[in-house]
Amino acid sequence: MKTIRIGAGLGFYGDSWRPVRASIERGGVQYIASDHLSELTLAILQKDRQKDPAAGYARDAVPMLAELWPLAAKHGVKFILNAGGLNPQGAREAIARAFRDKGWKATIATVSGDSVLERIDELRAAGEPLAHMDSGEGIASVRERMLFANAYLGAQPIAEALARGADIVLTGRVADAALTLGPLAHEFGWKWDDWNRMAAGLTLGHLLECSGQGSGGNFGSAGEWAKVPDYAHLGYPIAEVSEDGSALFTKPPGTGGRVSFDTIRQQLLYEVHNPHAYVSPDVVLDMGTLRFDDEGGDRVRISGASGAARPARLKIVAGYQDGWMGTGMIGFAWPEAYAKCEKSAEIIQTLVQERGWTPEETNVEYIGYNSLLGENADPTYRDQLNECFLRMTIRTKDRRVADGFGRLFPWLGLSGPPYVGSMKGVQPAKELLGIWPTLVSRELVEKSISIEIENI
Amino acid sequence: MKVALWKIAHARSGDKADRADIGLFAYDAATYAVLKREVTVARLTQHFAAMGAGPVELWPLDNILALKIVLNAALQGGAARSLRMDNLGKNVAAQLLRMEIEAPQDLPRLLLK
Repeated sequence: MKTIRIGAGLGFYGDSWRPVRASIERGGVQYIASDHLSELTLAILQKDRQKDPAAGYARDAVPMLAELWPLAAKHGVKFILNAGGLNPQGAREAIARAFRDKGWKATIATVSGDSVLERIDELRAAGEPLAHMDSGEGIASVRERMLFANAYLGAQPIAEALARGADIVLTGRVADAALTLGPLAHEFGWKWDDWNRMAAGLTLGHLLECSGQGSGGNFGSAGEWAKVPDYAHLGYPIAEVSEDGSALFTKPPGTGGRVSFDTIRQQLLYEVHNPHAYVSPDVVLDMGTLRFDDEGGDRVRISGASGAARPARLKIVAGYQDGWMGTGMIGFAWPEAYAKCEKSAEIIQTLVQERGWTPEETNVEYIGYNSLLGENADPTYRDQLNECFLRMTIRTKDRRVADGFGRLFPWLGLSGPPYVGSMKGVQPAKELLGIWPTLVSRELVEKSISIEIENI
Repeated sequence: MKVALWKIAHARSGDKADRADIGLFAYDAATYAVLKREVTVARLTQHFAAMGAGPVELWPLDNILALKIVLNAALQGGAARSLRMDNLGKNVAAQLLRMEIEAPQDLPRLLLK
């Protein structure tokens, strides 16, 4: 019986590709599905593109493929990656250049058409309000400040690119799980309205899209995380999929990490809203019928996915400029570490007022006490901390105020409370971006999808 | 008796635009029944009140002994405009594990040495 093995590539822009080697060498994979884009990543890529029009893609795809391609070619492994970001053609050129320098051959497909920033007016003229999905607010308030707007494409163009002989499929924004569903639909010839198989592919793609989080990484727990073996060599997850969509979920032999009922269900619900209607461009998945059978030895059988018809509208995520953040930080040692941070915050607030600065919001956090746990921090030992860091951030429309805010802090070193540390320079203003999720009728986007094939 | 969730369950959180979301998982079926009864929208709303979160949503998943929790409007507009250290809401799950609920003292996990 034919099975297809798909291995996880990266889980975000900046993730490590070192573990992918084990999946290719001894994981028996035919495909690597590599997810370089979080919701936030397009904002980073947009900043790159503003500085250099040839940029705007996830640059790590180039060294990743430069290192892994000889091995992948030897094992007949294909790569599906969304590293194209805001500039899939730019990514292809960079990869093609690297391959030509080394004399390597490959067929690269580039999928684009997800970017709708230049089409906002056209879409609105076609009757799309593009209002905020959650708040219902109209787009006019952010239209002029928009930096990027991309629709989440589905798996069909990926499957088509593979049918046309691609070894590497490079996309812009597609649903993360489409990187896995695409090759499965292609290999098994799944019908695009076979909702249960679509749902199975979506489930597996979702479990693979965060690399190590699907195999024991970031196992959110007290105590149990310490039992995950050999983090340093944690293997990325692999799905061995059958024609009916059921799968064996595992990882390469001889690697660290853990694939179990516990680690997989954490990833299943990760960044999911309604689990009975997990919407993707290709299908709406109900996670309530899934079955996970843990066989032990880092093997979990997955079956029972059920799907409902794909949505009529695609999701767009746009990002818009939304002011500036100023940041200042200073650390204090015992004694009274927390009290000295609190006093410093008070001093800084006074200086801000005296300068006539009026930030829209001021955020005060105490690193070592509550910067990650917020109001749920336990105050029992607050006044006996060995050391504590004050971190203050402000929100302002004025970039100069955001820059000036950070410069208030070094002075505290000689003229504030005693036993300071962390005088490591001043943090410049950081541009803040608002995220604008909205919906658009799929036909309006899909008519502009293009698949280019290049043999190098 | 009062039991902190970290003793009987595990959890992971993440972000989508302005939403923080948490998966809360019982280690066993007996504990799942307790979580389902005790971890309510009202308790969650109170536990996360300081985050300024909008409505809390909750779905039980019997097939994987889990509760799916969504805190709307909890991330200051989203990770890219948040002023917080934890702009991605990765530690919202840790915050949840600090919640105390009423639980029987003979839950399997509590009897483990």
